[in-house]
Amino acid sequence: MSTLRDGAGERTEAPAAASALRAPPSFRSVVAALLRKELLVELRTFESIPAMSLFSVTTYVLFHFGIQQDTVKGPLASGVLWVTLLFASVLGINRLFVADAEQGGFDGFLLSPADRSALLFAKALALFIYRVVLELVAVPAFALLLLGSSLAAAMPGLLVVLALGNLGVAAIGTLVGALAVRTRARDLLGPMLSLPLLVPVVIGCALSTTPLFSVPAGGLPLRWLLTLGLYDLVFAVIAFALFDFLLED
Amino acid sequence: MYGTRLRGLALTTFAVLTLTLVAVLFWAPNDATEGFLQKIFYVHVPLAIITLSGFIAAGVMAIQHLRTRDARWDVRSYVAIHISLIFGVGVLITGSIWAKGAWGHWWVWDEPTLVSFLLVMLLYATYQPLRFAIEDPERQARAASVFAITAGVFVPVCFTIVRLSTAYVHPRTLDNISGNLPGRMQVVFWMSIASISLLWLLLWRYEMASKHAFAQLRKLRMLLSEDDEDAGPIRRSAAPTMTSVGR
Repeated sequence: MSTLRDGAGERTEAPAAASALRAPPSFRSVVAALLRKELLVELRTFESIPAMSLFSVTTYVLFHFGIQQDTVKGPLASGVLWVTLLFASVLGINRLFVADAEQGGFDGFLLSPADRSALLFAKALALFIYRVVLELVAVPAFALLLLGSSLAAAMPGLLVVLALGNLGVAAIGTLVGALAVRTRARDLLGPMLSLPLLVPVVIGCALSTTPLFSVPAGGLPLRWLLTLGLYDLVFAVIAFALFDFLLED
Repeated sequence: MYGTRLRGLALTTFAVLTLTLVAVLFWAPNDATEGFLQKIFYVHVPLAIITLSGFIAAGVMAIQHLRTRDARWDVRSYVAIHISLIFGVGVLITGSIWAKGAWGHWWVWDEPTLVSFLLVMLLYATYQPLRFAIEDPERQARAASVFAITAGVFVPVCFTIVRLSTAYVHPRTLDNISGNLPGRMQVVFWMSIASISLLWLLLWRYEMASKHAFAQLRKLRMLLSEDDEDAGPIRRSAAPTMTSVGR
């Protein structure tokens, strides 16, 4: 390969170049390449993010009529926000691996010498980014349509909880997405598997933000942030340990 | 290997269960506030503990499956989850009856133990649909093991988190067992733990023996007929069979 590329005159350098080519790419560069591919596909097809964002706004409208209130605060506000974000994320989780399963992305990846965990990291990062973009739409829309208290005051604490929630969804969503994608009923199994696993994330996020959305606003409950962080960590480790087994064929 | 000493185990289980039942009904004292109703405790709590232990054991068996790639571990893990699911339905029913009698409601949300048990059951209820939806047996087994390990870790973590999130109402069974149970109740409680464990183990071993016998029978039929079709098609099912194990 290297001789072809370097031309006949530089044959003396060929062995060195060949061994450089044969050395497996670094983990970070593989993750970066996979993430770039992931975002490029999303930018070209707009398969997940627009659906997730639109879904969240529609869900707020549904909540408005369902609970028959113009504004929400306290636990109700927390609940509406986190349940909406969760259901919107499930849409993304369901789509996360579909292109790879249907169009040979898995096979291509398995043929390459890359570490398999790189795919987990790239997909989890992609899911994290999808969630961030979703929140850029869903949180302002929530403040505009439903929230009865001030968003600006809640913002610093909310950002921390959003980040922790995103981590949990990214770790569990990637594992469940990979588990469900090659089944016959993946559209059903994805939500059925991910919702119970994500209940603790919703518990943690909702309890953390309840004081922020209350009308004499309270501080962020540290105990819940810690619990949420630990839950994220446990399932990130589980996903890391088990992901390889889902790729084998 | 399979089915040996089953009769002994069955007789022991039957004896211990009978003894426990007699002890629960006639020897254990009636609870001062709840009266006779409290005796459902001797069924409900051991069932719950054994169910959750069974789920965790299934996770450990699944780890063994992924490590050794021996399909028998997958079957063991499947049978453990299967029996724990059945026990779990029993837990929810006895728990509801007890809640209705003691607190006046069939379901109480500020009960961390109740809520986390429901969450665990909801998660495990997807185990069989997951298996059912994957056709290739090896991939099915691997996916099932990944699920069993994840869910096995979820069990203790979920209980911790839900318990943190609510005020305590439910009696903490194992935390302060020596504290809140008088002597005789404690003896009967441990007897019921032992008998329900034995029952779980017995059912697990029966199911394993049955799966093994089914696989052997099928293999013999195939040998006799030298034709796959005469052995009868394997029903489409979520359950793994031992046919690929070939022992």
